[in-house]
Amino acid sequence: MRKNLNVIAAYSIMMGLIILVGIFQSWNIALSIFNLCLISAVMTMGANIQWGYAGLINFGIMGFTALGGLAAVLISVNPVQEAWSVGGTNILLSLFLIIGIVLVVRFVLKKYQKSKIRSYAISTIIISGIIIIRFVSEPGIEAIEEVNPAKTGFLGGIGLPIIFSWIAGAFFAGGLAFVIGKVALGLRADYLAIATLLISEIVIAIIKHEDWLTRGVKNVIGLKRPAPYEVNLQETDWFINLVEKFNSGNLALISDINERQAALNQFVIEGSSIFVKLCYSGLFLVVVIILLILTQKALYSPWGRMMRAIRDNEEAANAMGKNVVKQHLLIFVLGSAIVGIAGAMLVTQDGLFTPGSYRPLRYTFLIWVMVIVGGSGNNFGAILGGFVVWFLWIEAAPIGLYLVNLTTAGLEDTHFLKVHLIESVPYFRFLMMGIGLLLIMRYRPKGILPEKIEIK
Amino acid sequence: MDFLNAIILLLNYIFVPALTYGSQLAIGAIFVTLIYGILRFANFATGDMMSFGTMVAILFTWYFQSIGLSLGFLPTALLAIPFAILFMTLYMLIIDKFVFKYYRLNKSPPVQLAMVSIGVMFVTQAVVRIIIGPSDRRFFDGEKFLMRANEFKEMTGLNEGLAIKSTQVITIVVTIILVSTLFWFLNMTKTGKSMRAYSDNEDLALLSGIDPKKIVMITWMIAAILATIGGVLYGLDKSFKPFTYFNNMLPIFAAAIVGGIGNPFGAFLGGYVIAFSEILLTYAYKKFFMYVLPESMEPDSLIQLLSTDYKFAVSFSILVIVLLYRPSGIFKGKIL
Repeated sequence: MRKNLNVIAAYSIMMGLIILVGIFQSWNIALSIFNLCLISAVMTMGANIQWGYAGLINFGIMGFTALGGLAAVLISVNPVQEAWSVGGTNILLSLFLIIGIVLVVRFVLKKYQKSKIRSYAISTIIISGIIIIRFVSEPGIEAIEEVNPAKTGFLGGIGLPIIFSWIAGAFFAGGLAFVIGKVALGLRADYLAIATLLISEIVIAIIKHEDWLTRGVKNVIGLKRPAPYEVNLQETDWFINLVEKFNSGNLALISDINERQAALNQFVIEGSSIFVKLCYSGLFLVVVIILLILTQKALYSPWGRMMRAIRDNEEAANAMGKNVVKQHLLIFVLGSAIVGIAGAMLVTQDGLFTPGSYRPLRYTFLIWVMVIVGGSGNNFGAILGGFVVWFLWIEAAPIGLYLVNLTTAGLEDTHFLKVHLIESVPYFRFLMMGIGLLLIMRYRPKGILPEKIEIK
Repeated sequence: MDFLNAIILLLNYIFVPALTYGSQLAIGAIFVTLIYGILRFANFATGDMMSFGTMVAILFTWYFQSIGLSLGFLPTALLAIPFAILFMTLYMLIIDKFVFKYYRLNKSPPVQLAMVSIGVMFVTQAVVRIIIGPSDRRFFDGEKFLMRANEFKEMTGLNEGLAIKSTQVITIVVTIILVSTLFWFLNMTKTGKSMRAYSDNEDLALLSGIDPKKIVMITWMIAAILATIGGVLYGLDKSFKPFTYFNNMLPIFAAAIVGGIGNPFGAFLGGYVIAFSEILLTYAYKKFFMYVLPESMEPDSLIQLLSTDYKFAVSFSILVIVLLYRPSGIFKGKIL
């Protein structure tokens, strides 16, 4: 117990801060911060597995998040029958062609020795394959995008409950990670960072512009929910009774019956959105706890020890007969799959998929700040980092406003400097993140909760 | 005649824009490669450092415009560049003193320095947005075109026009001057040679009496010059927006690695490789084939290999291919 005192203290402070937001701002804001903190925590756990356990740098978090989001769309949206009937065959044919090309290339790679002719043959196969696929898919894509472009214009998904997409998202992201890992894991650390960053940009470019699959920048809105809708809740009896019970003290003070009814309505509207957010919090919390248990178990298992050995001295581990390449690939896939879960959770919570919103600053670099600030190698640290950084990211604007008002108190309200500073308050969050990261890296390079290995 | 038209078409839509864009990338790539070769880390703050330099140049431009100073048909920003470089050098040296120096002296692994550069990226981005705001700004003044499409058509009697913007000429001329001076400096002067020696083998360089402090300082100064000029040229040609500059970091990285990181000449050519492949692969060749082929064979579709949405994706794919087959880049750089 004593050993974990700092962990408990850090988490209590964090929860206290969120509760303070609830009291002073509103419970709605506090809960939405809390939910996004949980999602960030899942992302940081994924990044932490790769960086903290194995020392692999993955700057492609944005791409895996987006793939998770794509999974949410493809799983939950009902299939667009019309689009399938006009263009489905072409798309399926192209899919088979892609699989065929991959198989042929694999066959050539296995069958023939490395030579110039082989490289030329492979590039010819790939280039001609791409041209054929374009000819096959183009009419199908055009036909699909013609189908009611204002509402659908894409193939849709398979119409399952959106919860399943969390698993599918993990598989999507893991699959991509497998391909990237095969290609790029041999690179030195900083090159791996650049390569994954650029590959994730390619993924985003595809998601943004292949309208037949994702509706592209037209966004997919109104996704299914695992939680009840506010409008429905406001009409259910048990919920109204519940809210009445909760606020009975306040309601009792109002004597007029009409006023009392109006106040109750207000409470019900507010309560319904809080209730929905609580449902999400519950679901996310379950995911975070399951992942935490699994990752902790892994960390202290023989496998975790092997990963640390590989991280700390690759050559020695290799000499002990550990297959470094295979383990790196495995951990890269696992970490990315966790990020994919987070991506699906994020889209589930928002109820919409906006490919244009995936930007490296928010989805890659911010997550890295979380991992570094929290404490790489320590799961509790990574989760805490997700909480702290996301909390600051949201609350930076109010804090910045307060600071600006404090420092420019002597100036008039119309003074150009004050007006300018108040206008640029949203950008104080970048400043805070940067300075926070630099300070932590300098004075506490292992993060708030450093890695601790106990030998049992 | 048709053949000439086809050539002019390619010149106008592919060659001139690609040469301009390539020059802008090349300057950025040399910046990345110098920092990588001498200070030994991948600088993720590249785009934002460029936007900082450009911002200072814009502020000076505005000041000069307000006191009525101008260069006639040339943009005022050219006059602002030297002042911006001074500020930028100061900024770079301050960052180095308070941030990078500590890790350099501790001999931290390159990954840690790269992480630190992310911190610098956040801070620089915030400073730029707080000072000048996140919106799109054009600061170009002076004569816009050196040759308009109509003028060219009248002059030659061809169907296709060739428009040359003055910013394109300025970009190319400035790049030639800057890059040749830089190569002269690196190859001919004593300081330049000691920089290359330091990049090649730090221990041997220290042994032969090269002062590392001086090398680092000069590297940051050159970096400041490159970042400012590269940023201003891009901003003059297109426009200044902090977010675009941040994104430009990606093709710049691609150019530096494709050319062979740590090798300035490779980075220079890498910029053009990236720019030309981006534009060649996403250009719609329909009109070109209409000129070249006989009427009966005219194409129906756009003859576009990839849609322009994939412009960035092209350069990144090239990078991935290069990393796979020639990890040290086209022109031998450092081994990865």
